[in-house]
Amino acid sequence: MTHASYFTHKDVLVDLSTSENTVIIGGGQAAAQACASLRQFGYDGQITLIGDEPALPYQRPPLSKAYMKGDMDEARLYFKPEEWYRDNKVDLILNTRATSIDRSAREVALENGTRRPYDALILATGSRPRTLPVPGADLDHVYDLRDLADVEQIRPHMVEGRKLVIVGAGYIGLEAAAVARQLGLEVTVLEMADRVLARVTSPVMSEFYEAEHRAQGVNILTGARLERLTGDGSVQTAELADGTSLPADLVLVGIGILPNDDLAKAAGLACPNGIMTDRDARTNDPRIFAAGDCAARPLVHYGRQGRLESVHNAIEQGKLAAAAIMGKPRPMEDCPWFWSDQYDLKLQIAGLSQDYDQVVLRGDPKDRKFAAFYLRGGKLISVDAVNSAPEFLASKRLIMAGASLAPDTLSDTSLTMKEIAAAAA
Amino acid sequence: MAKITYIDHTGEERTLEAKNGETVMETAIKNSIPGIDADCGGACACATCHVYVDEAFMEKVGQPEDMEQSMLDFAENVQPNSRLSCQISVSDDLDGLRVTTPESQH
Repeated sequence: MTHASYFTHKDVLVDLSTSENTVIIGGGQAAAQACASLRQFGYDGQITLIGDEPALPYQRPPLSKAYMKGDMDEARLYFKPEEWYRDNKVDLILNTRATSIDRSAREVALENGTRRPYDALILATGSRPRTLPVPGADLDHVYDLRDLADVEQIRPHMVEGRKLVIVGAGYIGLEAAAVARQLGLEVTVLEMADRVLARVTSPVMSEFYEAEHRAQGVNILTGARLERLTGDGSVQTAELADGTSLPADLVLVGIGILPNDDLAKAAGLACPNGIMTDRDARTNDPRIFAAGDCAARPLVHYGRQGRLESVHNAIEQGKLAAAAIMGKPRPMEDCPWFWSDQYDLKLQIAGLSQDYDQVVLRGDPKDRKFAAFYLRGGKLISVDAVNSAPEFLASKRLIMAGASLAPDTLSDTSLTMKEIAAAAA
Repeated sequence: MAKITYIDHTGEERTLEAKNGETVMETAIKNSIPGIDADCGGACACATCHVYVDEAFMEKVGQPEDMEQSMLDFAENVQPNSRLSCQISVSDDLDGLRVTTPESQH
């Protein structure tokens, strides 16, 4: 592993556990976790959470799933009720953007002109959607899907019979497509690559999800290049490079996210692609930590540095930062994991499959219950498990153990995952 | 509404008023009950909200569905009264429910 050599501050670490002020910039999963973990680990100083959205810190995953569908109240999205912050002496400054970090004065400046001193600072600034680089992207009824505010705007349009065009067939786009079909919209998904989920999974999974969405009535166009959106005030048409013209009452854009590392960059912190951290979520300033989507962390099970856009990562780095501030032993670094709900399909992903050299199927995709294991040099590095919790949970452990598995064993459904895992141990 | 008592691994009890329709997990998380992580927020995706249900309530709480059962098969220290608390919805029927939380979810 090469990532540790980057940091040179190990000899100047300061004890932050009895410090007076910890400031957290951000109001998402990593920020909420850092707050809760700091108090759980006994931090006694002032905690200030600065978030640029008006709502209490909330869970994002349901925004493209149950909450978008209308199956969930807003209050159920909140990690903690407002009283919790009061009872735990967390000063919530919501609806307010942090504008700069002064590392020598150890202060954060806010857009309202005030400044907040810090002894320890946690950057949990998250990510922002990539913007659609085509004419007409600024028309009305063209939305990103990132924040509660986006979903509030989108939901009134999620009405039976409306025509929805989704740009981007990643997890967010496909989850939104599933919700929209269930609500009776006419849905087209545009994907530039030659298959759905091209950036995140293997062709066999892409093929399965593409077939599933088609069977549910979604019009999926791969290799599709969106040329422009047109309309009179509101969007009316999506025009493709091949001349196809699609009517649209509503356009959702899900073409990936970018780390919010501008504040960190301006403060001189190392930000190759996201804010660089060590295993304790510490940046190259020993008083500043970064957690969640915005951070580029050591991926210890994979021997490289990278960003993870996931709940698991936000929670884990929130905990790592809190533990480092409190001088506690480093919490467990779990194998990265993700999930996606589409229709009645629960996809659970363990590990990172990017560099696989072999895919092994277990079960038959036709049964809508199967798993794709990814191996590299015989070693299990990742699994995509569809309605297959045992495959997911067993693989998490096997990946962390660095286990090598024979393809014939993995695909043998006469063996349970428990038996396979026990034999590999 | 239902009163739910959470007993942590040291035996300490905390009794809370739970709202109907919320889950036993959500009530715990909002009140910082120790021993429940619930990383996935209730999507039955992570198996980190494992609890032991008091035997007297096993029938009222009901049986886990397939997905939950297969998640439980891989949780640590599973017992016959193990459940994922995100899959137990609060109702008046569950008034007086007692659940024990494990020392750790990993």
